[in-house]
Amino acid sequence: MSGEDKRALIPDEPDDAAREMYDTKGVMKPRFQVSSGLTSEIVSAISDEKGDPPWMREFRQQSLAVYNETPPPDWGPPLDGLDMEQIITYVKPDARMEARWEDVPEEIKDTFERLGIPEAERTGLAGVGAQYDSEVVYHSVKSEVADLGVVYTDMDTALKGEYGEMVRQHFMKILPPREHRFMALHGAVWSGGSFVYVPDGVEVTIPLQSYFRFNAAGAGQFEHTLIIVGKGSSLHFIEGCSAPKYNVANLHAGCVELYVGEGARLRYSTIENWSKNMYNLNSKRAVVDKNGIIEWVSGSFGSHTGCLYPMSVLRGEGARMDYTGITFAGAGQNLDTGAQVVHAAKNTSSRISAKSISKGGGKSTFRGGITVAREATGCRVSVSCDSLMLDSRSRSDTVPVMDVRCDDVDIGYEAKIGRISEQAIYYLMSRGISEDDARAMIVNGFAEPISKELPLEYAVEMNNLISLEMKGNT
Amino acid sequence: MTKAPLLQIKNLTVAVGEKLILRDLELTINAGETHVLMGQNGTGKSTLASAIMGSPAFDIISGEILFEGENITEESPDKRARRGIFLSFQNPEEVPGVTLENFLRTAKGAVTGEKPRLMQFKKDLRVEMERLGVAETYAARELNVGFSGGEKKKAEILQLLTLNPKLAILDEADSGLDVDAVKTVSEGVSRFRNEGNALLIITHNTRLVEGIAVDRVHVLENKKLALSGGAELMRRITDSGFAGLQTNPDAPRGAPKGDTQ
Ligand SMILES: Nc1ncnc2c1ncn2[C@@H]1O[C@H](COP(=O)(O)OP(=O)(O)OP(=O)(O)O)[C@@H](O)[C@H]1O
Ligand SMILES: [Mg+2]
Repeated sequence: MSGEDKRALIPDEPDDAAREMYDTKGVMKPRFQVSSGLTSEIVSAISDEKGDPPWMREFRQQSLAVYNETPPPDWGPPLDGLDMEQIITYVKPDARMEARWEDVPEEIKDTFERLGIPEAERTGLAGVGAQYDSEVVYHSVKSEVADLGVVYTDMDTALKGEYGEMVRQHFMKILPPREHRFMALHGAVWSGGSFVYVPDGVEVTIPLQSYFRFNAAGAGQFEHTLIIVGKGSSLHFIEGCSAPKYNVANLHAGCVELYVGEGARLRYSTIENWSKNMYNLNSKRAVVDKNGIIEWVSGSFGSHTGCLYPMSVLRGEGARMDYTGITFAGAGQNLDTGAQVVHAAKNTSSRISAKSISKGGGKSTFRGGITVAREATGCRVSVSCDSLMLDSRSRSDTVPVMDVRCDDVDIGYEAKIGRISEQAIYYLMSRGISEDDARAMIVNGFAEPISKELPLEYAVEMNNLISLEMKGNT
Repeated sequence: MTKAPLLQIKNLTVAVGEKLILRDLELTINAGETHVLMGQNGTGKSTLASAIMGSPAFDIISGEILFEGENITEESPDKRARRGIFLSFQNPEEVPGVTLENFLRTAKGAVTGEKPRLMQFKKDLRVEMERLGVAETYAARELNVGFSGGEKKKAEILQLLTLNPKLAILDEADSGLDVDAVKTVSEGVSRFRNEGNALLIITHNTRLVEGIAVDRVHVLENKKLALSGGAELMRRITDSGFAGLQTNPDAPRGAPKGDTQ
């Protein structure tokens, strides 16, 4: 079947059970759980439980010290609803990490089966990882990919095994705990996440996928993803995240560190779908060497408050970044998203294409941050953001921040804010399509440039999520 | 054969904002009939079509619209479409991000109550597109986005043939079409037409209806159907314009246009 044919299979109407699917809680009892709030003892307990090497023990305690002396950020959306005393930092499910899906405990398996994992693996992925609460419960990589020397494993295994030194050299080097309070927190209590290493000159032609699922109430999720792509190599990594709904606030402060080698190419795709009480304060950053390419594809749904601004540091000549992202802010949501890029070398280029949808009083802010260093001559920057407001109560803002210290640079910036066309809705309705479906079609159409960048399963999921958000009352 | 009334419009008064456009208009179309609606620019032909389709942009001040005997005056456009009413728009909307094919398949599912199977639908669609001289690649294009005026009109007829309604209103389906395209569209309309359905064709000339038997011709003037007749009326109008027509005495000619009451 051609790509186009496959796309036609994407359902226009959501499966009504779908929201329920994401919101259903699993019944798994955690085996180990630290008490609420954060102290040196708690951080030690995490180190003990995980069997951290000494350097990591130390790293956690230092990060905790930074956390305690750093005030919360004084910009961005308010975080008053977040009571750190209440957030449980480490929840370990009652399961070991498994390499065979059959061996994963029933309840956890149930949850993931409902989310379509590991069906995803059967449908043509190079490897799959699944994290439940704080720990990775399943990891597998196809042998033909492993044979090329590609390493795809959970961070714990990487930390203690053969790649421990590599982890140590890269861990929180581009996302230092000093940068802000939540990165410091991450450094202290992180657990779970994936480690990927692609040696020089290896093209991984099928994507690797990892899926995070938070199930415990009031828990914090602090997974760490570290991806290193060697010279001339290429990789597509896909990450999906979701959490069911509880009435206490949850916190997600994960970190993603990406190293793109000379002439390498990394595509990093995420669909995040959090419950509406989640504070999603995720940090993602890539450094790109000479002629390397980083591509971000990002869909942000759900969560109460979101702050998400993947940064790309183009440090090698001719390095490139491409960001395609969409945010959907519904009732009660404040989503602050965007992309940042640092042009630190000559002839680097970046393209940011951001879309946002707001509905039912939701607030969506695009924050673009462009920095061009004095020596970065011959750079090209293009930023476009496009917002769609579905009613007059919703809000959409763009906050472009540009720090350009070089004359020889070509910068294009375009921002559009629009409303849904009532004429177009009437037109679709005149062909028998209900008003709700007509609105969903138009909004899905608005999101189409993003969904066409995603692998099919994720495009389907995104369409469903949009349709579900459209059906939600208010 | 006794003809059942498909569409009945009784005493219809329509306004947009403060402006009255149609007043006490009456029209009945039976199954199996083709009606032609003519009239000078701005007299309200498209307004009448919109009122029948249920456009939210117009206010029905009084009167009723019945379809197959049921009062649909208050119904939303999607319900009317599912009853079998179709409007080929004078200016079709552009809908970014929605492909022609996906849209048509969704619409077909909506009007029939069952979404057509993908492969069969694709096949049928290709056949119809070819007959209408629409390139296959248009199926994957965004609905009407960047279509030329003529291409938009052909796409409307493609929709007509796909959805196969009971009553099709064609609002200037021929305007902007080249000579060959008029012929193609006209053939498409003929393919649609059968004894059980009906057409209301809004046009300024006879080109589109050349191969189609016309039952009634109406002239819209002074907010109502000022004159109705057989097919010969259309020929008279295209030959010598609206000036010399003997119209309905209670719709005096030359009344100032744009009055509010
Ligand atoms: N949305 C609107 N707002 C204001 N006036 C409108 C609106 N829609 C239609 N009108 C007015 O109503 C009158 C009738 O318009 P309509 O489009 O029905 O005419 P028409 O007979 O179809 O003309 P044409 O032959 O040019 O297509 C015109 O004077 C037009 O300006
Ligand atoms: Mg008109």
